[in-house]
Parts: sequence; C-alpha cells; structure tokens
Amino acid sequence: MQWGSASEFFAMGGYGLYVWTSFVATALCMVWEVLALWRRRAAARAEQRAMLLGGTDETAA
Amino acid sequence: MSTGINWLKYSSPQAFYPLAGRLIPWFACVAVALMGIGLYLGFFVAPTDFQQGDSYRIIFVHVPAAWMSMFLYVVMAVWAGIGLGLNARLSFMMAQAIAPTGAMFTFLALLTGAMWGKPTWGAWWVWDARLTSELILLFQYAGVMLLRTSIDDLRRADRSSAVFALVGVVNVPIIYFSVQWWNTLHQGASVSMSTGSKMAATMLMAMLIMTMAFWLYSIAVILSRARCIVVERESQPVWEEKPAVIQTAAEAR
Repeated sequence: MQWGSASEFFAMGGYGLYVWTSFVATALCMVWEVLALWRRRAAARAEQRAMLLGGTDETAA
Repeated sequence: MSTGINWLKYSSPQAFYPLAGRLIPWFACVAVALMGIGLYLGFFVAPTDFQQGDSYRIIFVHVPAAWMSMFLYVVMAVWAGIGLGLNARLSFMMAQAIAPTGAMFTFLALLTGAMWGKPTWGAWWVWDARLTSELILLFQYAGVMLLRTSIDDLRRADRSSAVFALVGVVNVPIIYFSVQWWNTLHQGASVSMSTGSKMAATMLMAMLIMTMAFWLYSIAVILSRARCIVVERESQPVWEEKPAVIQTAAEAR
C-alpha cells in the first residue's frame, strides 16, 4: 500500500478534488438511479392496484 | 428446438416479468461485491502512475462508464432492430429501459473525462474528435428518449425512437476509432484487442473488475426498469402479488 496516512489518501497526490469528484458523482448517479427506479416501481404498482380496486375506466391513464 | 427449452417463451412480458424479478438480486449483489473489490484494488493495490500521478485513478470509473455508454447504445439499437423486425413489444420495452442508463453513463464518461482532462491537459473540455463524438452520443440518447415522450401513440413512439436509435448506431464506431482516425488530444486505447494491454497488471485488473461491476449494475437496473415499463404499459393482468391483491379487490367490491 502506498498511503502513509488517511490525509495522504484523501489528498490523492494533489489530485484529490478531481479524483473524488469523479467517484462521488458516479456513486451519486447510481444511487439516484436506483432510488428513482424504486419510486417508479412503487408508483406503477400503486396505479395498477388502484385500477384493480376502482374499476378499469376512471383510474386508467 | 433441439435444446428442449422454448426460448421464445421468454419473449412475452408475462414470462419475462417473474424471470427478471428472480435475476435482479443476483446481478445487483455481484455488482456491489465486484465494485468493492475493484475500488479496493484501484485505490490500495494499484500503484501511483509514474507519469500521471494519482489522477490516473479516475480511469477506474471513466473507462468503464465510457465503455458502457457505447456498449449500451449498441444493445439498445439491437433491441430496437429486433422490435422493428419482429414487432415484438418486449424488445421495444428493453430498448426503452436501456436509454436512461446509457445516457447516465455517457454523462459520467464526459464528467469524469473533464475531471481527468483538467489536471492532465489543463482544460476541462476540448473540441476533440473523441470528446465531441461522445457528446453527440449523449444527444442521441436524449433524442431517443425525447422522441418517445413526444409521441402519444405508444406503437408509433416505439417505432420512431427505434429508427432513431438504429440510425445513430453509426456514431459508436466513430467514437471507438476516433483516437486512431484523427489526431486527437485524447490518448489512444490503453487496452486493445490486437496489441493487448499497456497498463500495469493491477491497474488493468482493477479497471476490468470495475467494468464487470458496471456491466452487472446496468443489467440489474435495466431489468428492473423494464419490469416497471411492463407494469405501466400492460394494464391487463397483474403479475405481482396476484392472489393478495385480487383478494382485496374482491372484498372491496
């Protein structure tokens, strides 16, 4: 391992800002995508359930 | 069929839905595990590059994201083509499910590329063949998605966005070979099918493991988006929680 300390690791040889922005942005995009899908799935299922419970014509978009 | 398995069975949304539901957790778990291994190798095992210092570590997300952006476009175009040829609705749904993830990876490839370009070239962005063609790929993904949402009739939306996706596939080889065809600022391929790799073994290993992780992540996310699309578009049967929901429905009436 080439890192002497935690601060050395986060500094990334002076490129910390660039390296961590890249990795954090990638992680945020992936987490956001998974959460958005979760909500989309919940919404789709809720709509289908409403359609089944309340008849087919009014609630169907 | 000689294998005894009716593969066409899985081309129907009804069969696809539960199958995908069973597969998603496996792809997701392996993706997370590989990401952990890849990040560990990338940050703690791979040495500092003698030319680029530690800024090179951006490639562990940049290269997989860029590869996925191109690869997913081709897969989307193939599904679009199958959809147009066989008029199979699940194929169109798959193409529809791939576009947002592909666009996300294209955006990430451009963003992480800028993060690498600034310290290495001294510029966030240059109008270089590789960068410009990748930016066009982002617009193509946006075009495929916008075309779909702008047409109300589902069948026409499917076909129009499929044709758009298919025509745009010519850009993928342009992106891939741009570093050979033009004198670009972007460095040439570090991994090539003809000459092998120019990287240290641990760097290459970290990059390939991250690529596998992104691949499996994409499969998991795309399958689950395709499941959402099936629920949204196929209003007739309820495939999930069938007995329970129907029970409540019956009681409510």
